[in-house]
Amino acid sequence: MTAAITNTPRPAGSPRRRLSAYLRRTPRLRLGILLSAPLAWLGVAYLGALAALFVTAFWSTDVFTGRVVVSWSLDNFATLARDAVYRTITVRTVGVAVIVTLVDAVIAFPMAFAMAKFTSRRTQRLLVIAVMTPLWASYLVKAYAWRSMLSGNGVLHWLLVPVGLDGPGYGLPATVITLSYLWLPYMILPIYAGLDRLPDSLLDASGDLGARSVRTFLSVVLPLALPAVIAGSIFTFSLSLGDYIAVKIVGGTSQLLGNVVYDNIGAANNLPFAATVATVPVVIMLLYLAAARRTGAVDTL
Amino acid sequence: MTFSRTTRRVLLVALALGLAVIYFPLLVVFLNSFNSDTTFGWPPGGFTLEWWGRAAANDGALAALRTSVEAGLAATAIALVLGAMAAFALQRYKFIGRNPISLLIVLPIALPGIVTGIALNNAFRTILGINLGLFTAIVAHATFCIVVVFNNVVARLRRLGNNLEEASMDLGADGITTFRLVTFPMLRSALLAGGLLAFALSFDEVIVTTFTLGAGLETVPIWIYDNLFRPNQAPIVNVVAVVLILASTVPVYLAQRLSGDSASGGRL
Repeated sequence: MTAAITNTPRPAGSPRRRLSAYLRRTPRLRLGILLSAPLAWLGVAYLGALAALFVTAFWSTDVFTGRVVVSWSLDNFATLARDAVYRTITVRTVGVAVIVTLVDAVIAFPMAFAMAKFTSRRTQRLLVIAVMTPLWASYLVKAYAWRSMLSGNGVLHWLLVPVGLDGPGYGLPATVITLSYLWLPYMILPIYAGLDRLPDSLLDASGDLGARSVRTFLSVVLPLALPAVIAGSIFTFSLSLGDYIAVKIVGGTSQLLGNVVYDNIGAANNLPFAATVATVPVVIMLLYLAAARRTGAVDTL
Repeated sequence: MTFSRTTRRVLLVALALGLAVIYFPLLVVFLNSFNSDTTFGWPPGGFTLEWWGRAAANDGALAALRTSVEAGLAATAIALVLGAMAAFALQRYKFIGRNPISLLIVLPIALPGIVTGIALNNAFRTILGINLGLFTAIVAHATFCIVVVFNNVVARLRRLGNNLEEASMDLGADGITTFRLVTFPMLRSALLAGGLLAFALSFDEVIVTTFTLGAGLETVPIWIYDNLFRPNQAPIVNVVAVVLILASTVPVYLAQRLSGDSASGGRL
């Protein structure tokens, strides 16, 4: 119907009109124009930069001049695999990422469940905004907030001393707490979205068939909500793997993979080795994504 | 099923506690900006506005604010154009390679920031031979801001469909007129929301900025980071932190009011 009317002859137009008509007849050209700039920016410049970085991982640095030397070898990867320090740091980083993900899942699930099932539509919208807004508050400021809360005479000390405890101080536990805090909204929002899609009638049916709360949770809610939890875990896991700032702020002297990358660029001025170390979180993440894809969680993102 | 009153109550309490934990640290930072004790001992020693006054007169913090605003505005402008173009291409056309391209758009925020940071640093300095400066930081920020604009515009385009545009064409408007009078006005609030969110994202980014901003320049987060470990700067750092919280949450609140398209504002 569009064609019938727009093809009716009209007074020969201005150049603009002819251009407009020409573009309308050639959707491929329009698509090409639309894609050109974003693809040049992301596809050529950004992907090119990433590719160049990972090529650098196979190069080396001249010990005396500090310049990058183009000599292809797997030496960097060999160092990474052989040196016990890097193995320890890799295991520690993955361990922190796993614990942070589990802590977030355990905290986020009840919150998301209460949001999705026990509050009105209007309240739900407000709660989503309430959870989302701190996500945008500066990452650095939130890590900083924990630094001042965890300090020797900070709020946590003041809160915990009366009950016979004390804050953990700076170190790996503080890092786990801070990272869990930072990424919590990334876990709540996908789980909430997943539970919101879960029809109440399924819960009713489970109850009618005689299941109690615990049984309904284990046999109905959890299996159906698992893809959403996995979707959330992709964020918490990936964000924890690459972090180096929270560790610097609250981690005391602990080192994670991100710190090794950072130190090799700054102090050691060894970009090739930094690039090699940077491949570790990326590879772990790709493996995790591939595993998550099998569960169907990636499609819900 | 009907949940027992206890289950209901326990979960609602968990929700309230969780929200309290989310907001508590931000509240502490806010209160500490008026804490007269320079080491932020708790409970606060007394109320003071001295830190706010000193921060407002701090040259380094003000210069950082200017740099942040400049970088944020420029990166947002680039991201608006590129994000909207990509959104039109991917939402309105079917073509081979759509999925890889949408993955490519998300990649800058999906990869660890340090990877993007050193990749761009390496590209600028060793491949292109450009000295780091404000320009390089703007390019880097635009790269990870595109996805936010893209997600907001895609959500809007999906919701609108193209009936109104077809109606406009049927009534004899050409493509450019249709875009100017029909498509653009319908997208305006999505673009504004995407722009605000992109600005907020750029304003508080720290990792990629560390690797792409020239020496001698500081954005607000970089200024905080540089002064974080200096005890005598602590009260001013805290005030700047409060400013940063407000500067990144107010745009998000506005964006949420402007467009109800997506809960996370396109960040997840």
